[in-house]
Amino acid sequence: MNRNRTRLLGVPYIIWVIGFTVIPIFFIITKAVTDGEGAFTLSNLTAIFDQLHRKALVMSVSLALVSTIICIILSYPVALILRSSRFKRKSIILFILILPMWMNFILRILAMQMIISNNGIINHILETMGLAPLKLINTPGAIILGMVYDYLPYMMLPVLNSILSIPEDVIEAAKDLGSDSLHVLTRIILPLSLSGVGSGITMVFIPSMTEFVIANILGGGKIQLLGNIIEQEFTVSMNWNLGSGLSVTLMAFVLITSFIFGRHQEDTAAGFAI
Amino acid sequence: MKKRILSVLLVACVSAALLSGCGGQSTETASVPKTGEVLTVFNYSEYMDPDMLEQFTAETGIEVKYEEATTPEELYTKYKSGGISYDLVCTSDYMCKRLIDEGEAQPVDFGSMKNASNINKRFWTFNKAIDPSGTYALPYFWGTIGILYDTTKVNGDIDSWDVLFNGDYSGQIIMQDSMRDTFMITLKYLGYSLNTTSESEIREAADLLKKQKPDVEAYLVDEARDEVVAGNATMAVVYSGEAFLGHLYNPDLKYVVPKEGSNVWIDSWLMTKNCTNTEAAQKFLDYLCRPDVATANFEFIYYSTPNDAVIKNMDDELKNDPAIIPPDDSVAVCEVCTQIDSETTELYNELWKELKAQ
Repeated sequence: MNRNRTRLLGVPYIIWVIGFTVIPIFFIITKAVTDGEGAFTLSNLTAIFDQLHRKALVMSVSLALVSTIICIILSYPVALILRSSRFKRKSIILFILILPMWMNFILRILAMQMIISNNGIINHILETMGLAPLKLINTPGAIILGMVYDYLPYMMLPVLNSILSIPEDVIEAAKDLGSDSLHVLTRIILPLSLSGVGSGITMVFIPSMTEFVIANILGGGKIQLLGNIIEQEFTVSMNWNLGSGLSVTLMAFVLITSFIFGRHQEDTAAGFAI
Repeated sequence: MKKRILSVLLVACVSAALLSGCGGQSTETASVPKTGEVLTVFNYSEYMDPDMLEQFTAETGIEVKYEEATTPEELYTKYKSGGISYDLVCTSDYMCKRLIDEGEAQPVDFGSMKNASNINKRFWTFNKAIDPSGTYALPYFWGTIGILYDTTKVNGDIDSWDVLFNGDYSGQIIMQDSMRDTFMITLKYLGYSLNTTSESEIREAADLLKKQKPDVEAYLVDEARDEVVAGNATMAVVYSGEAFLGHLYNPDLKYVVPKEGSNVWIDSWLMTKNCTNTEAAQKFLDYLCRPDVATANFEFIYYSTPNDAVIKNMDDELKNDPAIIPPDDSVAVCEVCTQIDSETTELYNELWKELKAQ
């Protein structure tokens, strides 16, 4: 009886998943393996190997990779500093870190556009200092900047969480056994925080790889990511089958990524339990 | 005691009912009771004064359900998905043609509409390109596509598309992130029709666009105008209505329809084949052509109006603004963009994708 009731609590979630995950994915996959007339074809899936799509995929993956690495480089030291600091109110720092997430993300990107545009704030400051203006907006770098700006909290939070939750005893034990600080960092803190880094990577890499809005606004429509091509297939070209085929291939990439880093998380979590 | 409270309440209710009844009667002169008829109207967003919808219901008793879309493609997708049955649709010329060709529209007796004659004849002629019989599409707003530029940053007046391609303004040009519009410019510049189906002409245009891409600062839609207003770019390809607003923000900006010709676009109303209450729909279309309503909508949108009655009462300053009333000679070299066959559309899609991915 009690078990049945607990099961009932899951019903809203099951309805949600069926309505908004299972059925849409079913539709997308059906569209992906058929052509305009409804006949079976694999050409929408192999379309990823077309030179155009390959180029966009490479661009998407490399921009996402660079953004993810920058996010790690930015968050990891902050987490280490926070851990060792005697500052009592760590929650305040945490609060400041996630504060930007309270704002709509498109709004943040539009604000970034103002800052880095040709006549924007940065170039204005450079000009008053007598320096030559920089070409910032409408470049791949601008898109990376936007992605890092938007997704940094998603890296910061899990990394911080995993580093802060390493028990002090473990580190003291290592020091007792003769480890110096570098040894502690590489042999204790790093392996124990990998789970946080892993979920951070999943949470930054995946959305940045499927991104198209940031690329449109900060890239000036000159840089095509795979997300832009999919969007265009659905809205302009009206080729929903090809759009779905590319979406499915992109999903496969996402699946592989989360498989690699997801597995790692379990490993480290298990290691920690022991 | 209880009874007394009840009677007080009753009195209160009755008097309230009476009062509201009186209130209802006093506004009766302006407002007709709801007839229960409902019209579903589908339009671009921000493309009609919302007060005019309320006024229509007050005058006729016909309720209006109003749906919006931002682009012709989105409108078409929403329309075709069949979730809602629309009675009236307002969309761009080539999308009108597509809907008419697909048998989605039904003929309207424009002759019997009292105010339809306010629409200038030339727009019915323009619309022949999408509606040869002249029985489906009612012109709503129109305009041109041209160059909005900052007069302080260029040498002399611009009168040709050449400035976009000659490399003089490298990195200062904003193009439209819209396939047909961008191809149109190049085709016109090369001296071809913007409705050409010749593969070699389209490929020539695509090659020119690819050559031009390094000079282009960005491909934008809504932000194109703002970039020139903010001084981030020297010139942008924009719609005339946008140009008018840009000019309001920054008086140094000027709008020109290049001499090689351009696209004259007309957004029109169609009555869909699903519309059963054609009488109510016709009433609505007639209402839109009425001088006071058309003026209110014009002052809400500031695109060029095809309605002669509105133009007659316009300020001289507006009348002389080429973004509001494009001069006849610049319109004479312009063409209406029509829906092209699916083979050519596919070619366009492919070349556009190549250009953007370059």
